[in-house]
Amino acid sequence: MTDSSRLSVANPWFTTSVAIVVALVIVTALAGFVLLPYQTGSAFGGLWDAICSAAGVANTKHSQAAPVEPNFAASTVVLPQPLLASANQESIGRGATLAQQCAICHGPTGVSRADSPNLAGQYPSAIYKQLKDFKSGARVSSVMTPFALPLSDRDMVDLAAYYSYLPRLPAYHPGPPLETPPRIVINGAPLRGIAPCGSCHRSLDNKVGSPWLEGQSETYLKSQLQAFASSARRNDTGRQMRNVAQQMTAEEISQAVRYFASQPADNSF
Amino acid sequence: MFTSKRLILAHFWLAFLAFGLALLLGEWQMFVRSPLHSWVSNPEWYYRSLTAHGTVMAYVLPTLVAMGFGYFISETSLKQPLIGLRWAWIALLLIAVGAVVAMVPVSLGYASVLYTFYPPMIGSIFYYLGVVLVVVGSWIWVALMSINLRSWKKRRPGETIPLAMFANVAGSYLWAWTAIGAAAEVLLQILPVALGLKSTIDAGLARVLFSWTLHAIVYFWLMPTYIAYYTIFPRAIGGRLYSDLMARISFVLFLVIAMPIGMHHTFADPQVGAGFKFIHSAFTALVALPTLLTVFTITASAEIAGRLRGGRGAFGWLAALPWKNPIMLAVTFSFVMLGFGGAGGLINMSYQLNTSVHNTQWITGHFHLIFGGAIVIMYFAIAYDVWPQLTGRALSSFALMRTQLWLWFIGMIVTTFPWHYVGLLGMPRRMAYFDFTDPALAPEALSVILSTLGGLLLVVSGLLFLFILWLGHRSPVRQEGEYRFSLAAHAPAAVPAALNSYALWIALMIGLTVTNYALPIAQLAFRPETSVPTVFIGGRQ
Repeated sequence: MTDSSRLSVANPWFTTSVAIVVALVIVTALAGFVLLPYQTGSAFGGLWDAICSAAGVANTKHSQAAPVEPNFAASTVVLPQPLLASANQESIGRGATLAQQCAICHGPTGVSRADSPNLAGQYPSAIYKQLKDFKSGARVSSVMTPFALPLSDRDMVDLAAYYSYLPRLPAYHPGPPLETPPRIVINGAPLRGIAPCGSCHRSLDNKVGSPWLEGQSETYLKSQLQAFASSARRNDTGRQMRNVAQQMTAEEISQAVRYFASQPADNSF
Repeated sequence: MFTSKRLILAHFWLAFLAFGLALLLGEWQMFVRSPLHSWVSNPEWYYRSLTAHGTVMAYVLPTLVAMGFGYFISETSLKQPLIGLRWAWIALLLIAVGAVVAMVPVSLGYASVLYTFYPPMIGSIFYYLGVVLVVVGSWIWVALMSINLRSWKKRRPGETIPLAMFANVAGSYLWAWTAIGAAAEVLLQILPVALGLKSTIDAGLARVLFSWTLHAIVYFWLMPTYIAYYTIFPRAIGGRLYSDLMARISFVLFLVIAMPIGMHHTFADPQVGAGFKFIHSAFTALVALPTLLTVFTITASAEIAGRLRGGRGAFGWLAALPWKNPIMLAVTFSFVMLGFGGAGGLINMSYQLNTSVHNTQWITGHFHLIFGGAIVIMYFAIAYDVWPQLTGRALSSFALMRTQLWLWFIGMIVTTFPWHYVGLLGMPRRMAYFDFTDPALAPEALSVILSTLGGLLLVVSGLLFLFILWLGHRSPVRQEGEYRFSLAAHAPAAVPAALNSYALWIALMIGLTVTNYALPIAQLAFRPETSVPTVFIGGRQ
């Protein structure tokens, strides 16, 4: 008996099994790379194009046309992941000096007496992103834009470092905390594509760039949700806030902002 | 003789205790997202539990069962003491430590990445290190199986490898090769990000690499089950295996075509070319072949047993089968579930039909039916069959075993059939919360409740299984005879050397991997600007 385990053409087991496998590969490849592209009409550039597209090779030839640009300034912020790594004492100190011009609205301790956001203890990535967007015009505010325009990248990092360093103090006029969160906050509305607020805004999980919302001004939160809903504000890079806000009812918006405004911002997170 | 009893018992107990815990988690998940319970208000708890359930059920349980059963086969079929006993204990220790290292961050909420850990989600580095330890432990087992077989061959040159060992080693080689995809993904892509050296990751490439592992791992889970079909079942029902050669052909076919088919998990992925999706779909269709061969051979073996027991006529042999025998019952249930699950699998593997079930609860129902049903019920049967050998005590509670198997079978059908149905209604998988008061979801409520009740039966059955095994340690000592695997109807006198060795089949397996995976992986790996920012799980800024 010849040794049918040998890898040699003299071994019929070898030749037969290899022939079957090779034939299968050829037949399926012909079907997948030639027949199907022609059948489905995706072989518009000839045989070689058909094969390349079926193989998943990026086709640069057909993507020469200029991309369609949005007719508004889109956010181009890339959040440097170790933003906190630069939060040394010097950075915080510089941020404190720069922050003197912010205090009139955002409060000397980072807690606002007006209806501006409280910044004390806010996540640095959230502050940095908004400053960048104000400067680039991706987010427009007649008050904030003039402040942001002269800031350098280093200034923004320092401001973010300073405000995130401040302890979270109680908000100025918090009502009694609402004990039970409304459904829209706790469950979202999956059928309308609304995730629970807390799955990005901290109470369940924090996604980089999203602020925490506890104790923020009810008026401010409401105006921002309405701005997202009307697309007056569109610096959410993945449209996530516009998609959410557009799907929320006016009643749900009121419930959500009232709930968050009533919550204490403590230092446990 | 039989030097590794304690080793094998340790594998089985660790596997089944972890299984018991994960089973409770699974039922809890079904319960909290069913209409029977108000929502727990934090999806994080759900995904934490889901990650633990999946990781234990998909990695820890089958790996330990395959390893423990593999050691058992090595000793009993080769009739030689296990070589490398100390290494085997080290491997077990690695897996136990790995399981703990992976599960601690999961339970703390730092690694709710689900057992598929698809990037750009990145959890705690300890989760991945734990999984790596489990895989490294299993690779030691692969090496030991190969070394034991080699030593046997050296002493008995030219002899036919016993079928059980032949299949066992084929399964171990399949695992060694298929684990490389996920290992490459973890080592080259995920760990650098989890360590904080990088903040972006090529999620598309990661999914393709994971698909290398993701489908063949199913056949690794399935190997102990198929080995039990061929080498335990015919003996247990008093019959003969219809064909030893057919069994060998099935196992080498698994070795060759179980792996280069994984991209049917990426049918909806834009980064994979349609041509490769087609090739993988076609080869997936082929992998039905060894299963069909097995169903035929095992049914023929049952017919032999039925006729030996006096069954007559076209169907009379069915009535003559020993239906009170737990192994008979387990294989029957396993085949019924394999039939339904296999039919569902044919739908998943065809590109067009897949689009209507992709990422729906249909998929979850499918793999619970195939793996939790057809495969795990045979893990029970294997444990029942080998327990007296391991403990030296009789396992005599046949009525309890039958009850346990019936409960598992009915429970799995009641759990998974409605699960498939809600998938057809469009219910997505991997969702923590469903608002069944919404008119659009209300029609799914009843099916989801049924599934939850089915899950309850599974919990009862799982606990009963652990109880029966525990009883086995307390029953009177009995001198067990030497363990026997099934004999073939025609003793395999002249097995072709190709069916008594692996080189040819491993070469084909690697060759097909190259044709089916090399180009997609290479072009994703070398194409610039394919990485996306990672999403850290657990609130890390």
